[in-house]
Amino acid sequence: MKVVIDADLCQGQGRCFSIAPNVFGFDDLGNGVVLGDGTLTSETLKLAQLAMANCPEHAITIEDAE
Amino acid sequence: MGKEPVVDFATDWDHTDPQWVNDPYPIWDDLRERCPVAHTERYGGGWFPTTHEMVSEIANDTEHFTSRQVVIVHNKNPELMPPAPIGGAPPITSDPPFHAIARRLILPAFAPGPVRALEGQVRALCAKHLDALAGATSFDAGARFARYISPGVISRMLGFPEEDEDQFRDFVHLVLDLIDLPTEERIPLFAPMTDYFDQQIADHVAHPRDDFTSYLLNVEINGQKLTPEHVRGTMVLTLVAGIDTTWSAIGSAIWHLAQHPEDLARLVNEPDLMPIAVEEFLRFYAPVTMARLVKEDMTFHGHDLRANDWILLGFPAANRDPSVFEHADRFIIDRAVNRHAAFGLGIHRCAGSNLARMELRVAIEEFIARFPRFTLDEREPVTWAPGQVRGPRAIPLRVR
Ligand code: HEM
Ligand code: SF4
Repeated sequence: MKVVIDADLCQGQGRCFSIAPNVFGFDDLGNGVVLGDGTLTSETLKLAQLAMANCPEHAITIEDAE
Repeated sequence: MGKEPVVDFATDWDHTDPQWVNDPYPIWDDLRERCPVAHTERYGGGWFPTTHEMVSEIANDTEHFTSRQVVIVHNKNPELMPPAPIGGAPPITSDPPFHAIARRLILPAFAPGPVRALEGQVRALCAKHLDALAGATSFDAGARFARYISPGVISRMLGFPEEDEDQFRDFVHLVLDLIDLPTEERIPLFAPMTDYFDQQIADHVAHPRDDFTSYLLNVEINGQKLTPEHVRGTMVLTLVAGIDTTWSAIGSAIWHLAQHPEDLARLVNEPDLMPIAVEEFLRFYAPVTMARLVKEDMTFHGHDLRANDWILLGFPAANRDPSVFEHADRFIIDRAVNRHAAFGLGIHRCAGSNLARMELRVAIEEFIARFPRFTLDEREPVTWAPGQVRGPRAIPLRVR
């Protein structure tokens, strides 16, 4: 499982990096970025899902990676 | 100035009507079920969509809706307004493509890192005003606490003298509240504000320092410094957008806690709940409603919008839409999924949201640490700010 942020949709609402600071960070404009390559573990998946459900811009998706 | 009281908000809405100012939520719920787009001929004609879906649609459609004027006034006088795409207070009055440039300039100052660095300052400011209340058994938490936090932060950020805070509140009042004055009377009132900002700018040109004003004076777009109008417009925006908004949010949170001892007790006992609770305060009591102008005649969900009609962009109403929020009409302090729109949606999303969240969290933390039990003092009335930024101004409390 991999998480991605669509940079065109993200408006830096900042919900993701406060809910899941191990998965998301921010750039110097305050927009959300995925830390590392976005691969989720069983521990980080739940928080990433919660962040996705709270992003007001629907900018976060979780993909099934092979 | 006497205005006709509103009888039917569906055909004649007015966001300054006392009924709306005192309790807008039943009105919005009713309109959402009945319309869901309400109309008015007041203010030269306007529309008020009440669903989350429509609010989001308009906020994201900068092609048909312009931000040239975002506060509803009686006279749209486009000829007096600085032209799109820059507008009078970039980036909030800017449209694409200029908007992105103006926004990128200011975002770094409000990013999480710089905001974190201000937390100690905000805590000290809260402590100063709470110290002054030590031993009090009843007081107005609006006048004695909520209204002081954001002006203190913003004036320091802009590098203005702290003792000018009362003037800032007057400026904000002028821009946001005095919208019913005729244009001839309203325009001259802006002169002292413009003069004040020009003075501060001159002082910063002569004595540059490490603050947001000096930053704006020095920053460049493609090798060019900003025009004086752009610098002043962005400074005015910071002041206007940064003060009433957060003041209202802090006030609403205290007002809520005064009436819900169970929520107050949970926050006192479970400090980790605070960030989640802050989002629910923002959803439930979202203080900011914006406006747009319709660019050209168009149809919107079956309604014929005319060029230059107002759109009242109700983020607070969107936050109460039951099709998006479970039990939308209930304040749920630990609501885990909360995709609220208190800070707007789309390209104009509040640039100050990290700062606003931090101020709100710290102000509540400090307040309830000093006053872990309080209720409303029923002997005195609670009063609400009218207009597009809504929050309690007088919050009479009794300490228990
Ligand atoms: C709880 C407090 C606050 C709320 C609810 C709030 C809400 C909003 C909303 C709804 C917008 C969108 C405007 C639109 O769509 O036209 C906005 C924009 C903006 N806000 Fe805030 N705001 C708050 C605090 C602040 C603070 C503290 C600052 C900074 C000093 C700030 C600065 C701005 C700026 C610069 C914009 C314009 C962004 C743009 O147009 O790109 N706000 N705010
Ligand atoms: S919550 Fe959404 S909009 Fe906000 S920073 Fe994260 S991805 Fe961007």
